[in-house]
Amino acid sequence: MSTLALTMPSSAIDQDWRRVLRWGLICGGVLVALCLVGMPVELDRRELIERYLSLGYVSILLIPIVIGRIAATQVVLEGFESRKQGLFDLVTGLLVGMFGGTCLTLLIVALDSWNLRDPLVNWSPKLFRFLTYENGIGFGAMAWIVTCGLLGMLGAASHVVPTIVRRVSATVVLSLLGLSVLEGAVDDLSEGFGLDWLTDLLYAKKGGLTLTSTFVAGAVIAVVAVLTSGRVKALTTSYREKEGAERQKASMILFVVVAVLCIVLPIFLGKIMNELLANVGLFLLLALGLNIVVGLAGLLDLGYVAFFAVGGYTTAVLTSPNSPFFAPEMHFGFALVFVVIFAVIIGLVIGAPVIRMRGDYLAIVTLGFGEIIRLLFLSDWLSPYFGGAQGITNIPGVDLGFATVKGTDPRSVFYLVLFFCAIAIYVSWRLQASRLGRAWMAIREDEQVAEAMGINTVSCKLMAFVVGAVMAAFSGAVLAAKVGSIFPTSFMILISIIILVVVIVGGMGNIAGVMVGSFVLIGVLGGPKQPGLLQEFQNFKLLIYGMLLVFMMLKRPEGLVPSARRSRELHQEEFLQDAWLKGDKLGADDDDGETVGDDGGEEE
Amino acid sequence: MSLLEIRDLKITFGGLDALSGLNFHIDEGEIVSVIGPNGAGKTTFFNAISGLVVPTEGAIDFEGASILGMDPSIVTSLGIARTFQNVRLFANMTILENVMVAQHCRTSQLIYGALFQTKAFRKEEREIRERAEEVLGFFGHRLVGYRLDQPAFALSYANRRRLEIARAMATQPKLLLLDEPVAGMNPIETAELTALIGRLRSEWGFTIVMIEHDMKVVRDVSDRVVVLDHGVPIAQGSYEEVSKDPNVIEAYLGRPVEAKA
Repeated sequence: MSTLALTMPSSAIDQDWRRVLRWGLICGGVLVALCLVGMPVELDRRELIERYLSLGYVSILLIPIVIGRIAATQVVLEGFESRKQGLFDLVTGLLVGMFGGTCLTLLIVALDSWNLRDPLVNWSPKLFRFLTYENGIGFGAMAWIVTCGLLGMLGAASHVVPTIVRRVSATVVLSLLGLSVLEGAVDDLSEGFGLDWLTDLLYAKKGGLTLTSTFVAGAVIAVVAVLTSGRVKALTTSYREKEGAERQKASMILFVVVAVLCIVLPIFLGKIMNELLANVGLFLLLALGLNIVVGLAGLLDLGYVAFFAVGGYTTAVLTSPNSPFFAPEMHFGFALVFVVIFAVIIGLVIGAPVIRMRGDYLAIVTLGFGEIIRLLFLSDWLSPYFGGAQGITNIPGVDLGFATVKGTDPRSVFYLVLFFCAIAIYVSWRLQASRLGRAWMAIREDEQVAEAMGINTVSCKLMAFVVGAVMAAFSGAVLAAKVGSIFPTSFMILISIIILVVVIVGGMGNIAGVMVGSFVLIGVLGGPKQPGLLQEFQNFKLLIYGMLLVFMMLKRPEGLVPSARRSRELHQEEFLQDAWLKGDKLGADDDDGETVGDDGGEEE
Repeated sequence: MSLLEIRDLKITFGGLDALSGLNFHIDEGEIVSVIGPNGAGKTTFFNAISGLVVPTEGAIDFEGASILGMDPSIVTSLGIARTFQNVRLFANMTILENVMVAQHCRTSQLIYGALFQTKAFRKEEREIRERAEEVLGFFGHRLVGYRLDQPAFALSYANRRRLEIARAMATQPKLLLLDEPVAGMNPIETAELTALIGRLRSEWGFTIVMIEHDMKVVRDVSDRVVVLDHGVPIAQGSYEEVSKDPNVIEAYLGRPVEAKA
């Protein structure tokens, strides 16, 4: 592009070929990669619509739709006239999809001709059968090119059709997908509410929606979607646009609703769902602690799992009769006191030497300490005290007098976790808006200046470290009581990483963000060992985590529910521009405004 | 007794003497300007006083007690506050928060008070806020009103400089070190800030040391001027004396006769 001409293609044939080629390659690459990872074959067993559609095919077929949509997206500049979307974009989508289909066809041919099973585990006849519908290469090839092309066009069409059509069809497809993928959860939920008959009608015996129920449910959802169309969107926008006290009030209402749901819902939920919620709670507790350390004070602590381990082992040693060296068989409540004490001590012991380091160095050293703690619990040297690889078993539940909290009753565990989470949320909320919280923020911004402004950075950072440590230790204590046994393998470094991902994806520095993050990652996708709502994706969890993290970093680095401060920080230019567009005076006395004596200009 | 007394201060960065043999004192209520060409060691001098750089040799006494080698936070709590030449605000905190956080060393509430919202905590928070607004109000309408809740990065350059001064004022110092307070300001703003610096002494009772390149400002506010060149003080005295000093003219302009020869 040597010239700066901004000419738009004049006809549908005059395609922007580089764009098509790029997105086509991406589409094909993603499709082939997914196939070789083994996702479609493994998910093929799970039927979504009885006999007609399996999760395996859906996982492949969604790709051209999404990429077709992205490829046909047009950058709209405010104040510039934009080209009307139409046939041109449909052709773009079609070509991109067909390109993806062609890549799959090439894969089919390759599968047929060579055997690369040695490096590529999933290079199997199974994949070949999956891709050809057991109907031979020719049929498979044609089918993929045509379907992918059509689906790509469908994705692109979402830009062309009227908003209402797009919205309703998207709602129908996504709800049906949700209904079928989350069959287990829906079953569990309806049982609690006594609606078994409904699920019996919906789902086939062997799993998956029946064809009739698909159409009926689809129609019902469509009607509902048409009726409520635009309301949900209007509600969220009105929430977003609220400011100050009104916003606070709306947030408060939202918070109360969530809190009430958290208290009431578990009563109706079955074991599986309660177990899932309890896991979400455990990770939320960890994430809230890490949010203080990373989100507020800006200390990148990668060894956070160490405090989780300290909490777990302290509880195990103090409450379990099987503790190898010292078994006082305390009550959980008393043990908690020691959990706090040890968390503080270990927090100080780890924190004191590393806290003077900054940024990357701190991250690496804490990473080391996290592993050291786990290896100490695993070591022969300490195995007389902590049981080494055998861990400590037979940890009793929590006897509350009127009820006992133990792993076999996930509902009670959830309530216990909820209690701790409530405390952690309160603590985070109060500290954020206090002298200490402000000092943490200042340290995060510029440590040297914070020091020069009279903040004792070492002690403030240590306090952040210790508060985070105590929250993690509480989580560890509950884990011990829930699982009933503690092993060094329960505290792998992966947990530190996953909690960090939860905080980042959710929205660093924001309590609501952390809550959403732990629900989406731990609840929907599942924790390192805990299954989530999408149990089928268990084996591909880390892959999805990674993809999600990359996507978020590129597209929404401030997280799903960002704190106002952080989104401002990451979008400074937009913030200033918005203020300027609004006619706010804020940008107006920048530079040129000042030169002409801004006194006259400002006194309005 | 002078408020700040510096004797034989020497700072070496890997063989380079940033400052050598500096003797300096400032009495309570004075406004002293430090001038000198670029690289003369002016900012290093400030860094040494505020504890960001530890001197190689020498003594720094504040109110009769040595502050040599103390942490910057302790120096600040003793009553020395500073601004930075290259404006270093907490950019993502609001204007109000920037000034509130600077009162850290004058307040004491920690975790307990915040969690249980004790009376003492709420009183202190209220006082912090009131004091912050009072300090910001010193700059007229520029930093108050809707601006209180704006992030600091949204401010214009001149306002950022003002906020830096406000932040330093909020630490409730006795001695205020201003590092090029009017750099980048236009003549009208400069004149305005010059007047404010005078008021900082008369109304707030601060003693002020100021690094400045704008000779008009230096002439208008300072009681005394110290000229540094290559880390060595080459002249001291009133503005009139210093401005006629041949050493000073030489440091700024070079040696006219030899240069031609």
